Amino acid sequence: MHTATLFIELGGIILFLGVLGALALRAGISPIPLYLVAGLAFGQGGILPLATSEEFVSIGAELGVVLLLLTLGLEYNADELMTSLRGNARGGLVDLVLNAAPGAAVALLLGWGPVAAVAMAGVTYATSSGITAKVLSDLGWIGNRETPVVLSLLVFEDLTMALYLPILTAILAGVSLAAGAVTVAIALATAGVVLLVALRYGRLIDGFVASPNQEVLLLKVVGLALLVAGVAQQLQVSAAVGAFLVGIALSGELAHEARALLIPLRDLFAAVFFVFFGLQTDPAAIWPMAGLAALLALVSMVTKLATGVYAARRAGIARAGQARAGIALIPRGEFNIVIAGLAVAAGAHPDLGPLAAGYVLILAAFGPLAARLIQPLITAIARRA
Amino acid sequence: MEIEQTALPGIGLKHEFTTHHGRRLAVVSHRGGRRDLVIYDRHDPDRACEAIQLNDEEADALVELLGAPRIVQRLNDLHREVEGLVSLQLPIEDGSPYVGRPMGDARVRTRTGASIVAIVRGGQVHASPAPDFRLDAGDVVVVVGSLESTSAVADILSGG
Repeated sequence: MHTATLFIELGGIILFLGVLGALALRAGISPIPLYLVAGLAFGQGGILPLATSEEFVSIGAELGVVLLLLTLGLEYNADELMTSLRGNARGGLVDLVLNAAPGAAVALLLGWGPVAAVAMAGVTYATSSGITAKVLSDLGWIGNRETPVVLSLLVFEDLTMALYLPILTAILAGVSLAAGAVTVAIALATAGVVLLVALRYGRLIDGFVASPNQEVLLLKVVGLALLVAGVAQQLQVSAAVGAFLVGIALSGELAHEARALLIPLRDLFAAVFFVFFGLQTDPAAIWPMAGLAALLALVSMVTKLATGVYAARRAGIARAGQARAGIALIPRGEFNIVIAGLAVAAGAHPDLGPLAAGYVLILAAFGPLAARLIQPLITAIARRA
Repeated sequence: MEIEQTALPGIGLKHEFTTHHGRRLAVVSHRGGRRDLVIYDRHDPDRACEAIQLNDEEADALVELLGAPRIVQRLNDLHREVEGLVSLQLPIEDGSPYVGRPMGDARVRTRTGASIVAIVRGGQVHASPAPDFRLDAGDVVVVVGSLESTSAVADILSGG
């Protein structure tokens, strides 16, 4: 009986997500905000509370985070990361300072305390590399000359996440300063060792994982990622970072092939993850936060725009390109929800979840739309000049 | 001409240059093998106004169309630039002993020191032919070497 209701509920949710995805595709927007709304509708206080599948959804959500970060890591190889770090460290730092500030400021002004401030800083900081990559490709901006600047900022952000997530995990766990420092040191050491191993002995890892058989490859990559994620979690370094590092360590043709195999799996569990975040949030709690979320979204659109303009100008890009770089950086999505999810799970301020949900809803939906609407305008202005 | 190479993390590589007439062109090589031929806007020099997606086969065809007539011309330039280096275009006549035989049978490099760098057949250039490339009457063999070695190749191809 239990299995029957579980299947009915899960099937209903996933089918509904599929329909929403089709709608998003037609409207040319990211499906992420729709998945979040679906989660809000199903969960506590929603129109359709779930009876039995919450437990499965919560485990599925954790798998979703691991797979999101693993596939993200697979996109990069260690060489690219090092080059990006060297060439764009200054732009990356400006990005960090300008965009972490609004979130941290809001949390402090509301009196949520320093722990929530660190979490909110992460929520406003990270651009969604998934949505931005899609915007770049949909609008034909991949060949544009400002695009390498945008991509290297995204790489910088992702690397920053590898340091930030362990710090956040430690702070949320309420460990003392000394224990926190140890955790961060372990995180740094782990990241360093993985990067070194990937640079020097990448071939050995590739050799172990590689297989002409897709099934074997899939099992080996997912197994390795989960294993490392689990060990990382045990060391308080955060499972997500472990999976991300596994992705970076694999490189070349192998990474490409593994990514292609993992994407369907990732799409399924990532959708479950967004729903899960929505489930945990009471839709009634979002309304009081809506104005604040919109204000925060507006401020951080401006700060991302400024970041893009600054970094692109440094790279010698003209006005129109600078504006495009800024706009491309606006979307927020998966990472921000991952961060907010960690904070909510650790029992942060009850309003943090709804604020983050509202904020990401606005920017995940509006970011790509802004790019689409503003593109002809920028071109027209550039023509006239 | 300067070709600028830029890494696109997560996507691939981009090579770009500005033409003599001031237009900017780039080729984006995606990791999966897809290539985009990108042409930049005149008014907004950072924006790709045209991005043409090419698969492997199309990219090869484009290279051949753009590159083939250039190979012989470049050889002639090379010849002019480097003193003592000669490139000859030797037609394979009907009576040649190598008609229908693999190019390697002539053992040109071992015997003369000159190199066969290309074979022109029916208007198409086969650059760097392998030793098993079968010669045919009417082919033109492009050979590079010193004055003596290249004329020795001419003798070999016509008389064995």
